[in-house]
Amino acid sequence: MRGLLLRVSVALGLLALWEGLPRIGLVNPNFLPPASEVARTLWKLLVSGELLRHAWVSLDRILLGLAVSILVGVPLGIFMGSWKTFERTLDGPLQAGRQVSAIALFPVFILFFGIGELSKVVIIFWASVWPILLNTTIGVKTVDPVLIRSARSMSARGATLFRKVVLPAAAPAIFTGIRLGAAYAFMVLVAAEMIGANAGLGFLVLNSQEVFKIPEMYAAIVALATFGLGVNKLLYHLERRATVWREAGGT
Amino acid sequence: MQPSIDIRNVSKSYGGGTAPGGLLALDDVSLQVGQGEFLAILGPSGCGKSTLLHVVAGLTPARGEILVQGKKVTGPGLDRGVVFQDYALFPWRTALDNVAFGLEMKKVPRHLRAASAYKYLKMVGLAGFEDRYPAQLSGGMKQRVAIARALAFDPEVLLMDEPFAALDAQTREILQTELLRIWEQTGKTILFVTHAIDEAIYLAQRVVVMTARPGRIKQIVDIDLPWPRVDSDVRSSRPFALLRHRIWELLAGEVEKAQHLASSRDPVPGRSRGGVAADAVAQEVV
Ligand SMILES: Nc1ncnc2c1ncn2[C@@H]1O[C@H](COP(=O)(O)OP(=O)(O)OP(=O)(O)O)[C@@H](O)[C@H]1O
Ligand SMILES: [Mg+2]
Repeated sequence: MRGLLLRVSVALGLLALWEGLPRIGLVNPNFLPPASEVARTLWKLLVSGELLRHAWVSLDRILLGLAVSILVGVPLGIFMGSWKTFERTLDGPLQAGRQVSAIALFPVFILFFGIGELSKVVIIFWASVWPILLNTTIGVKTVDPVLIRSARSMSARGATLFRKVVLPAAAPAIFTGIRLGAAYAFMVLVAAEMIGANAGLGFLVLNSQEVFKIPEMYAAIVALATFGLGVNKLLYHLERRATVWREAGGT
Repeated sequence: MQPSIDIRNVSKSYGGGTAPGGLLALDDVSLQVGQGEFLAILGPSGCGKSTLLHVVAGLTPARGEILVQGKKVTGPGLDRGVVFQDYALFPWRTALDNVAFGLEMKKVPRHLRAASAYKYLKMVGLAGFEDRYPAQLSGGMKQRVAIARALAFDPEVLLMDEPFAALDAQTREILQTELLRIWEQTGKTILFVTHAIDEAIYLAQRVVVMTARPGRIKQIVDIDLPWPRVDSDVRSSRPFALLRHRIWELLAGEVEKAQHLASSRDPVPGRSRGGVAADAVAQEVV
């Protein structure tokens, strides 16, 4: 209760600063318009349907990039988690690849895939595939050997053992990887929509800045953050529902 | 009559056979378990009890030969049900679905599984807990589920590896008595590994005392206490005390040797727990 009170007052305080500082002229209102003005703009964008149009375009890109990440990361992670030799062989290149940020690679992607949709999806893929791959590998690798032994004692093996034991045991780790991947996808969205885009929340941020519609820019940033948070929450709830047995304690 | 489990000259070494650096865990063990017999294997920590059980379960390859109901063991099979010390329940399955696992492996049609699994949950006293996940069950309840799971696919024999070692004293005694009831009810052959002397005497018809590593059979002690032991006060009877003393004398030297082994050179550090067994033995004696 006290925690909630504290959190609400901190949030209100920040909002008050955002409102007050530009108004009394301590911060240039052309660079940081008061919160109320941004809120009004946000509302306008929402009512006109423009915000949703941009959000939809961005969601499309993120879903596509994330889907490819899942389709690549989960099976590859399963292979790496199941076969030591495979993991050891791929470990070097993958560790190196993981270190190269998606943004640094954007020029390369543009070179190969042009400035169209493809390179946008590729950069989102690059950002989100690593946590999915790594979490899946670790999840599969660290399945409790006791469970494997127990299933083997009931003559489970091969594909059955995998489907009935390894996969469900690794599922929480895989879910966490996907959730992290989605968060990373949102982080690179603005970069992805920096070049050759004419719609999307990231585009809206950049474009508003270029044409000096600063309230629009802030409205788009707020929308982007809210959207990312919403998707994360959604994935979190899906994850919890799929793995109720984990927090089944109590009762 | 043919024995239910026939263990013939089984030896097992870890890490490189008889080569130097290898570790001989079982040395030429031969043992017959009769049809419907309850047999306990008792020995100091690290003497190879679990190894022997895993070999019979088909989980670990070894030299020698094992027959279960006259059939040679070549791997795991549904003719043997295993209960492990650490429950080994699948945490993402409800109690009922855990019990049904072996039935799925046995290809029992879906519509028959639930009823069959429920029957065994009821047998272990867990009717009404079908939908609980393992995280929602106490240690004793988890082990009941594990026992129901091992019984549900109707194996010929039950292999139990210190199933009650992780439980508190009261729960352990309750489950021991329940196990005897289930044994009488189902008539299964039970091979029961323990390092608690009282438990072995209370449950078994015969107790096999093993030597310290490498595990060999030191002596087989007949437990000629009256049946049924359920609900009777055998534990505090004079014959019980005599048996306990006799077995303790057989075991004491081996426990000392095991402790010595553990403290000197152990190729796999941390696997032997000589101290624990010594403690357990000391407890049983006072
Ligand atoms: N997978 C393994 N690799 C190498 N050595 C092993 C392995 N499993 C067991 N051992 C060794 O074999 C010996 C017998 O082990 P085992 O687990 O069968 O003993 P135990 O009698 O069941 O002991 P406890 O009472 O502690 O459970 C021990 O010295 C142990 O260190
Ligand atoms: Mg053991």
